[in-house]
Amino acid sequence: MTKSGFVIANLFRKRTRTILTLLSVITAFLLFGLLQSVNTIFSAGADFVGATRLIVQARVSFTSPLPISMLPKLEAVPGVARVGYSQWFGGVWQENTPLIMFSIDPLRHHDIYPEYVMPEGEWQAFADTRTGMIAGKMVAEQYGWKLGQKIPISSNIFPQKNGSKAWSFDLVGIFDGKDENWKKRTNIVYMQHDYFDEANQFGMKGRTNFFILKLTDSARAEATAKTVDAMFENSPDETKTQTEKDFNISFVKQIGDIGLIVRWILFAVFFTLLLVVGNTMAQSVRERIPELAVLKTLGFSDRSVLGFVLAEAFALCLAGGLVGLSLASLAGAMVEKGTGGQFQLHLDGSVWLLGVLAIVLMSVAVGLLPGLRARRLRIVDALAGH
Amino acid sequence: MPESMVEVAKVTKVYQRGRQKIEVLHGLDLDIPKGDFVALMGPSGSGKTTLLNLIGGLDQPTSGEVRVGGSRIDQLGSGELARWRAHNVGFVFQFYNLMPVLTAERNVELPLLLTKLSSAQRRKNVAVALEVVGLADRAKHKPRELSGGQEQRVAIARALVSDPQLLVCDEPTGDLDRKTADEILGLLQVLNREHGKTIVIVTHDPKAAEFARRILHLEKGQLLEQARAA
Repeated sequence: MTKSGFVIANLFRKRTRTILTLLSVITAFLLFGLLQSVNTIFSAGADFVGATRLIVQARVSFTSPLPISMLPKLEAVPGVARVGYSQWFGGVWQENTPLIMFSIDPLRHHDIYPEYVMPEGEWQAFADTRTGMIAGKMVAEQYGWKLGQKIPISSNIFPQKNGSKAWSFDLVGIFDGKDENWKKRTNIVYMQHDYFDEANQFGMKGRTNFFILKLTDSARAEATAKTVDAMFENSPDETKTQTEKDFNISFVKQIGDIGLIVRWILFAVFFTLLLVVGNTMAQSVRERIPELAVLKTLGFSDRSVLGFVLAEAFALCLAGGLVGLSLASLAGAMVEKGTGGQFQLHLDGSVWLLGVLAIVLMSVAVGLLPGLRARRLRIVDALAGH
Repeated sequence: MPESMVEVAKVTKVYQRGRQKIEVLHGLDLDIPKGDFVALMGPSGSGKTTLLNLIGGLDQPTSGEVRVGGSRIDQLGSGELARWRAHNVGFVFQFYNLMPVLTAERNVELPLLLTKLSSAQRRKNVAVALEVVGLADRAKHKPRELSGGQEQRVAIARALVSDPQLLVCDEPTGDLDRKTADEILGLLQVLNREHGKTIVIVTHDPKAAEFARRILHLEKGQLLEQARAA
């Protein structure tokens, strides 16, 4: 037997209690791993590496539309191969099923997103049909839509000029993704921007939420972004140009301060965990006061006894923490795979490092008070049951 | 004149209970030679366990000297006293005080974790100690799987395993039936006679005391010696 063997044996004195405590530590660190990864994504700086497309939005906000008249200027920027644009349309299917729906210029989009696969005839039909609409395979299969079908969609954000919220579209194409990742991104619906432009009630004519720039050279992505933003600086429509990944992140960021939300959730989780594990440790020490006194009787010093209690707390937090972080790593990989790589929720070195730091701090926090109690224990009083 | 194992000189012990001071031992003197087997008897509150705790280095006197095996243990700090106990004294308690999560052999091995012995040497020493108390075949059993007598034998093996010269036993048979108690006391007698261990036991039981070479009576913190041949 070793001292660590003795610590582990003591840890499993009340098997059910230890397993339940371990499960709470695992859950807390699973949440910690996932939320911290989310936080890392949202707090990361712009990353232009490998970007083949850039998104240009209004500097103020994505919700503030830019004039489509900017298009020729954008097309003239060195390194830009093709420019498309897209406008968010708050479409609702049937009663209250929200859709991810945008209005676009069909042929420009076709050139910019070769990853979306659809017969050329359907692209052309989309371009030629004012009320045309194309749907990703996932959406079409989910709602049972068939080619040629009339699809009624309502929009709470964009009513038609006559005040009606009901829009009617002709489904002229169903697109798929070129590979597994892109197949997972076929949860989108597109409508003709010209139709949107003419029919919507708002004075948004000739405007769009954002432009998409297809680049000739991904190595020049950052330089191109800077050129675009510099071009519109001090104009009424200042721009913010970023990669698709960063755009997606800033889209989610509109919910609120993600970092703050994550920090509060983690604070609540760890505070609760502190109470749960702290109570387990305190109870565990209280139950074996005579045994701790016997250890001292046998010649273990006060410091050794403190060490045993701290080691138990550390072993509990370490086992739970490492399992929790590993599960978070696994779950992150699944999220990444499930979203076709759009959310890269992998636990990087910094999250693991923070996790290990949290394990150490948590161990000290939950083990110190019971440990000090064990350290202060007077053998004679403890054996006499005082 | 036989060499002394325990020398207690003018020892006073005062406990503070709330605002009240209780003097349990009053300037007590005691000499226990090496190889002796002493039974401390007396009514409850006479100071038997207090004296045993001072001899075993579990507590410090308020005044006076306690010398064990030539060392002034009343002057040692808490850490030094813990080290001293680990090497010089073995303890046996009334309720055995074994670790319930450990098997018999691991309970016995516990004091050896404080030594620099290799794992193999520790196992060997444990096997010898269990053999001495006649429990080699119960080595893998946990305390709850043993009878009271067997648990006390494990406790004695744990007290012996680091080969201390002094064994202090607080009511070692207080929780056992007569037959088992006699077996345990017989075992202590063997350890005293054949292995030369100096043994001090506290007991209320006159029959248990008869196993000792000497019986010492304590009353109100004063010692009244009654010599007898074992």
